[in-house]
Amino acid sequence: MPWRCPVLLLSVDSFLLRVAVLVVVLLLATSVGLVLRRRAGRARVVIDGDVLAAADLAAPLGERATFVQFSSPTCSSCGAVRRVLTGLAATDPGLAHVEIDATERLDLARRLSILRTPTVLLLDHRGLVVRRISGPITPEQARAAVPESTWSR
Amino acid sequence: MTDPGTKNPGTVRGSGGGIDPRGPRVGAGLTAVVLAIALVTGNVWVLAGQAVIFALGSLLGVQRSPYGLLFRRFVRPRLAPPSELEDPAPPRFAQTVGLIVTGVGLIFAAAGVDAAVEVAAALALVAAFLNTVFGLCLGCELYLLLARLRGPRAAVGQ
Repeated sequence: MPWRCPVLLLSVDSFLLRVAVLVVVLLLATSVGLVLRRRAGRARVVIDGDVLAAADLAAPLGERATFVQFSSPTCSSCGAVRRVLTGLAATDPGLAHVEIDATERLDLARRLSILRTPTVLLLDHRGLVVRRISGPITPEQARAAVPESTWSR
Repeated sequence: MTDPGTKNPGTVRGSGGGIDPRGPRVGAGLTAVVLAIALVTGNVWVLAGQAVIFALGSLLGVQRSPYGLLFRRFVRPRLAPPSELEDPAPPRFAQTVGLIVTGVGLIFAAAGVDAAVEVAAALALVAAFLNTVFGLCLGCELYLLLARLRGPRAAVGQ
């Protein structure tokens, strides 16, 4: 008969096993969190991207580049990303920021494989998707995502 | 009384009223501790207690859930004012997701399914842990995924 902890009504072996399960669950969660934190705000290069027209966005494209931000009603960091991108667009007349509710534009969400919010697509002057950023974005990351001159016509 | 955002899920709102974002994170920390205890003990009542807290957070909003009240009473007075406020709708939706996960666990446990308490506690624990440690709201991410699953017709034409 194994000794049973009077509080937990579990044998010591079973208790240790359960603690081990807890540790594994927390390690898994930590690795998921670290991967997502590493990816957050990083501009990933999109090769052979889709082309979005002003009609798709229901908003005009920026002269040099356009940030298309996909948000949703239950998105905790979308507001912060909106503030960063509208702030950046206000300082540069060639930049535009368009915010789209992905749950209202499921057509675009499917077409562009938007799974998370916020996801920001950076379009060049033709509307070609050239960068993709997900998660919270710092002002520095947003600025760094826009190349200085390579896109000029 | 006025609770912007819950009635109007179709719009992305500006930065109007909001809650201290540290409240839900402290709440998620308490949630994680309770769920860790549920996982280690396998005690169905611990999980049920957390399910009730999720239900209150889902019904009243996180700021009026028991953990939200604890935050406001004991933690908030010791902190500097928040640098920015947060929309209360996302954490509230996450409470609903937590209620569904723990609720399904309780139903399976009542039906005598082995390890139902542990599996539900572990799933909800991952979400609460990511929220409190990394500020990542896993439940919130489900909203768009569920909307996408509901078929293409639901979107267009609105």
